[in-house]
Amino acid sequence: MQLTDLTMMELAAKLSAREVSSEEATRASLARIQQVDPKVRAFLRVDEAGALAAARASDARRAAGSPASVLDGVPLGLKDLFLTEGVETTAGSRILEGFVPPYDATVVRLLKEAGLPLVGKLNMDEFAMGSSNESSAFFPSHNPWDVSRTPGGSSGGSAAAVAAREVFGALGTDTGGSIRQPAALTNTVGLKPTYGRVSRYGVIAFASSLDQPGPMTRTVADAAALLQVIARPDAQDATSSDAPVPDYSADLEGGVRGLKLGVPREYFTEGMDPEVEAAVREALREYERLGATLVDVSLPHTKYALATYYLLAPAEASSNLARYDGVRFGLRAQDARNLREVYTLTREQGFGAEVKRRIMLGTYALSSGYYDAYYLRAQKVRTLIREDFTRAFQQVDALLSPTSPVPAFKLGEKVEDPLSMYLMDIYTLPCNLAGLPGLSVPCGFTKAGLPVGLQVLGRPFDEAGLLRIARAYEREHDYFRRSAPL
Amino acid sequence: MALTLEQVRHVATLARLSLTPDEEQRFTTQLSAVLDAVEQLQALDVEAVEPTSHATLTSSRLREDVTRPSLPPEKSLANAPAKAGTSFAVPRIIE
Repeated sequence: MQLTDLTMMELAAKLSAREVSSEEATRASLARIQQVDPKVRAFLRVDEAGALAAARASDARRAAGSPASVLDGVPLGLKDLFLTEGVETTAGSRILEGFVPPYDATVVRLLKEAGLPLVGKLNMDEFAMGSSNESSAFFPSHNPWDVSRTPGGSSGGSAAAVAAREVFGALGTDTGGSIRQPAALTNTVGLKPTYGRVSRYGVIAFASSLDQPGPMTRTVADAAALLQVIARPDAQDATSSDAPVPDYSADLEGGVRGLKLGVPREYFTEGMDPEVEAAVREALREYERLGATLVDVSLPHTKYALATYYLLAPAEASSNLARYDGVRFGLRAQDARNLREVYTLTREQGFGAEVKRRIMLGTYALSSGYYDAYYLRAQKVRTLIREDFTRAFQQVDALLSPTSPVPAFKLGEKVEDPLSMYLMDIYTLPCNLAGLPGLSVPCGFTKAGLPVGLQVLGRPFDEAGLLRIARAYEREHDYFRRSAPL
Repeated sequence: MALTLEQVRHVATLARLSLTPDEEQRFTTQLSAVLDAVEQLQALDVEAVEPTSHATLTSSRLREDVTRPSLPPEKSLANAPAKAGTSFAVPRIIE
């Protein structure tokens, strides 16, 4: 067994027992990156010097008997959407190539304070817009389970790096499924917290009412520990929540006996891969064996979620991305002859096709004469979708469904057909519209060896409940022990 | 709903994008397809429904209005494509 095969909690135990140093773990991570990343291409850049300096500082704290946190010294990767002071941050876009943030995102600061060495920045769909990593302006990442396939998106680099054991864990962001879908496609755990649970300050904005950062790890316990570090009220984010932060690891082994778990019938529809359906149905039976009661529930407005999302998210994005104008940071078109051309040529040259498509769609939905018909109407349907969940949670403790309708698809397969790509998110995006926490946990493999994920959705701020439900399944099926054939 | 080439050009102007002729064509087709797909929302009766802007937010987090340190000019300007003294420089806007 290599050092990089350890989970975050296993490594933390060895660091605590002083069997391993953080510098050794960080060097093991860097060596693994050098070994497999030419195939996986998860990293946009590696910060070897910064990571090793943080590792040595961690070892000094451990030696002095004063670790900064349970995870002090555990190396981590970051999606390239998180601002890192002094380390280039691009959001996967040409328009931010060379941008070196003058400050850290709140979650980056919290990770540093907790002592986690940050080994580098992970690839992603440009501005988090995509489900396959193929809209990255630089290159697509590859799925460690089959390198001809996508690791999903938009946090695909984060998922691929964790699955390939290049890092012990990572942070991603989730606007419509961008943590959970890549987790499902790579045999990893991905948790999207409740909207407002984790600060968005310093996280490059896509759709501000939907975006939420969260952990991407190999195990449920790792996700709980990482969430513990980053879940914090933040005065720098006006939408951050004051809700009390519980101990996410305390009740992890509590099991599911006596729980009522809802199975939303609208999440088992045609278009789902039969092997995905079989794996998820088998997981549902496991929950029954473990003592939970399955309840058939209906979320009748589910079919409207995709349309609602693809009006609201682009509308918010078109407004957020207005800041990329070539004036204060990032790219400026060299051939601009006047200020107007500074804006239009910079944006033409700096944004990729998917980002332009969404800016166009959002601008249209917000434009004079169409606002009521599109944007306002979508906000009202968002209310109906949210109310569906509120009603369901009067009956059940959590909901179970597939995370993605299909396993990892081939790179290139859906690039020219935006609508078929958008369908990848049908089971994940209602959760963002309703602001709920959602988690994906590995629940098996297809015959071809592609991972399948089970989604658990819960009440607002019930991350602890979701983690406990996911852990009950993981305890019976430790798929995370399997390593990708790299 | 089919978008016209003229509408696509108008939206591009609003969004400050200068699209190539090829992009104008492609977006006309692709955005029309997406708008067709979102057309289903028109079937719902939402007359009496309140809009949701933030799902779990009841009120914005407020803080005391006190002066705090902000980024010094050299840090704020560090990523500027062009600068003049302590300002961002842009092409002349008044001829």
